[in-house]
Amino acid sequence: MNGAGGAAVATDAVRVVVNGRPRTLERMPERSLLQALRTELDLMGTKYGCGEGQCGACTVLMDGKAVHACQVSVKEVGGHDIVTVEGLARGDELNPAQQAFAELGAFQCGFCTPGMVVGTTALLQRTPSPSEAEVREALEGHLCRCCGYTKVLRAVQRASEISRERARRSA
Amino acid sequence: MTLERPSRPWDRTPPKERGYFEVLGDGILCHVLPRDRTTGGGGGGWSPPSGGAWVHVGADGRIRAFTGKAEVGQGTHTALSLVVAEELRVPVARVELTMADTDLSPWDMGTFGSRSMPDAVPPLQAAAAGAREELASLAAARLLVSAGQVRFEDGVALSPEGGHRVTYGELVRGLRKTVVASTPGRTTPAADWKTAGQPAVDPAAADVVTGRRVYASDVRRPGMWYGVVLLPPNHGAELASVDTSALEGEEEVRLLHDGPFVAVAAPTPWDARRALRKVRATWRSTPQPGEPEIEAYLRAHPSHGDHWDVEKLAEGDPARALAEAAVSVRATYRTAYIAHTPLEPRAAVAEWEGDRVTIWLGSQTPFRGRDHVAGGLGIPPERVRVIVPFTGAGFGGKHGGDVALAAARLSKAAGRPVRVAFTREEEFQHGYLRPMSIVDVAAGATKDGLLTAWTFHNVNGGAAGIRSPYSIPNLQADNELSDSPLPQGPYRALAANANNFARESTVDELASLVGQDPVAFREKNLADERLRTVLRTAAERGNWTSWRPSPGRGHGIAVGFEKGGRVATVAEVTLGPDRRPHVDRLLTVFEAGAIVHPDNLQSQVEGATVMALGGALFEEIHFDGGVITNRRLSEYRVPRFSDLPRVEVVLLDRKDLPPGGAGETPMIAVAPAVASAIHEASGVRLRSLPLLRDGKVPAAPRSPAT
Ligand code: FES
Ligand code: FES
Repeated sequence: MNGAGGAAVATDAVRVVVNGRPRTLERMPERSLLQALRTELDLMGTKYGCGEGQCGACTVLMDGKAVHACQVSVKEVGGHDIVTVEGLARGDELNPAQQAFAELGAFQCGFCTPGMVVGTTALLQRTPSPSEAEVREALEGHLCRCCGYTKVLRAVQRASEISRERARRSA
Repeated sequence: MTLERPSRPWDRTPPKERGYFEVLGDGILCHVLPRDRTTGGGGGGWSPPSGGAWVHVGADGRIRAFTGKAEVGQGTHTALSLVVAEELRVPVARVELTMADTDLSPWDMGTFGSRSMPDAVPPLQAAAAGAREELASLAAARLLVSAGQVRFEDGVALSPEGGHRVTYGELVRGLRKTVVASTPGRTTPAADWKTAGQPAVDPAAADVVTGRRVYASDVRRPGMWYGVVLLPPNHGAELASVDTSALEGEEEVRLLHDGPFVAVAAPTPWDARRALRKVRATWRSTPQPGEPEIEAYLRAHPSHGDHWDVEKLAEGDPARALAEAAVSVRATYRTAYIAHTPLEPRAAVAEWEGDRVTIWLGSQTPFRGRDHVAGGLGIPPERVRVIVPFTGAGFGGKHGGDVALAAARLSKAAGRPVRVAFTREEEFQHGYLRPMSIVDVAAGATKDGLLTAWTFHNVNGGAAGIRSPYSIPNLQADNELSDSPLPQGPYRALAANANNFARESTVDELASLVGQDPVAFREKNLADERLRTVLRTAAERGNWTSWRPSPGRGHGIAVGFEKGGRVATVAEVTLGPDRRPHVDRLLTVFEAGAIVHPDNLQSQVEGATVMALGGALFEEIHFDGGVITNRRLSEYRVPRFSDLPRVEVVLLDRKDLPPGGAGETPMIAVAPAVASAIHEASGVRLRSLPLLRDGKVPAAPRSPAT
């Protein structure tokens, strides 16, 4: 992923890997990653809820860390590895966070869910067995207006269980 | 999957002329022709009555059901699919339910007022049961048994011993038959349900967690551009002049300037916003009341519209009863303007094909949206199709059709699909709000704690929740509406939030004046048996009697009924340093007849409880000169994980009663229960919502009893 080799790439083109695929974003270095994902790459799973880093609906993984896609510019993600909610499952196999949210129906309209699932994935990578307090703290930046959060707390615990079960099975 | 358009919307076509099979293919179709409560459809042809449903069993084996309700996050998509699956004896995943597509769905007033279940369940049940009966007679002829002997299992009709079997698809092959269901038809009683009423995983859950579910704001069409509308800087402003000359010669921008409507479309959202910034506009504003004047303003400006939202109840002689009461209280309660704040802002995409336009719209009122667009464009409603994809919630806030009309106009002008979506700030500034309520109450009781006198008057908020669940011999309860300077409209549970806050706080105060326990006092005065059961359950499950008072802690209880549902909430609060309270526990007991989809009902009640906590503690719109001054999520606080109490929900299942709605009623007892708990913890009786100032219990009440 160095800049060389590409033929006629505009000077303000930014190269980035999204869900494992190298992509080039042209003429939009000042745009937010959220706008690029939704208008250029047609990845609609990452949602707009506020545009100011307050709701978590736009959460994606940047080099494995949860970030607000509305708060980073295309320029800043050059050379980095981005995973969106579309990139979490392996084929038909949902990742543990996805599996848990689906199993427990931890949503109503589901508009917050992609962000929550990405946030949960990042949390479990850092802290495989989080306490309830750690979950609350990690997801404090995620708003849900419908479901009252209670099922989300349970879903994160369930996701952590699923990860352990899968690890045991593949061990 | 979007089905083809019929030549005319079915709801606007007389039933016999509807081209059902053109669109759906061979099979049988059973429709419920609803009670003919005509709503003046106009435009010639068939006037759409309210409600109704149709179910198609196809030769291809598909089962399609149609309802005019929308899925806006209340979970009815699955709940309604369950009742169809139940009647047709198939697993829920076999049912394809089309909701809120104005070309294909039965006409519906809108998805609000907790009406989805009560409006849509009976016709869908009847249509599905009617289709099953038709299948039974077809199967009887095939299997050489009587229709009554045919058994159904998993989409297959069987002879009594199961020796012979035939699938639904085979039964209807080559048929194009429409049957009318008798209402209520031979529907399955709730006590015999095997599919409905059982825990069900939402079949669409995998779409939600992988980001594949398409919301209105996610709709993209080939060649689509993005539109932005010039909006006034404040309420009470009119466009005085506009200069668009800076846009001349811009090739990739389409400007539409038609009277006060000024909008642009461009290939990207940022190009569109940049173009709009080049438009120079001046505005003429009339002075707008600010926060300090708002109460006097609303009291002085009655409005004469919306008479459906007015209640006037009178019995006995409340003035005399008040004068004679052993104890009495008199106070004014207030609730602030608040915003619905669904996570998805308003969005619409419009696309023309010849002289017909299709609009994907996040909405609770697609048919009204269709009429709004048709009216705005000056074309008959037959030429407008509104499809509601999944909507990122509404809570009463997505009734309008302005983004739809703007998208339709821009799309026509640009000759390509156009999307119009609000930013969060536009959502706060230009969406409508939950009305501010001002409630004047005076009430009295005997020294034994019998309510004898009640006067109750709501200004601006609305009529919901004026009716009291208590029996009071002398009563005057009514409301008046005002000309609000800020746009206001429906909000989950409407004025029942304000009116139950005022009523239950008053009841609590009277109970303490006569030295009685708030639960015992309520039990004595309640006129409603179902609510009494709910109250008793709440007291029991909330460990009401075993509560031990301790400094800085408090508990409170409140009840209410609304929209056919009954609710009681118990709140427990701890006062932190600095008078910052934390709600530790909220227990909600809820009963709304038979339970169709227990998991979803649980989520609805949990969600309503936490949403209500925001309005109770801190949600409040601030404004000045017609400008909303807190129009970002960093400035308008809604509940987050750190606010989350232990939330417990107890659902009472009354299989003997028809299923009621659940979206709203579980909200209404939260604020008064929390206020009473704070009163016990701090000694301060708070009479305004939100209860807190800067997160703290105000040292003195914001509005003392008068
Ligand atoms: S849209 Fe990025 S945090 Fe809300
Ligand atoms: S489920 Fe609607 S915002 Fe979370």
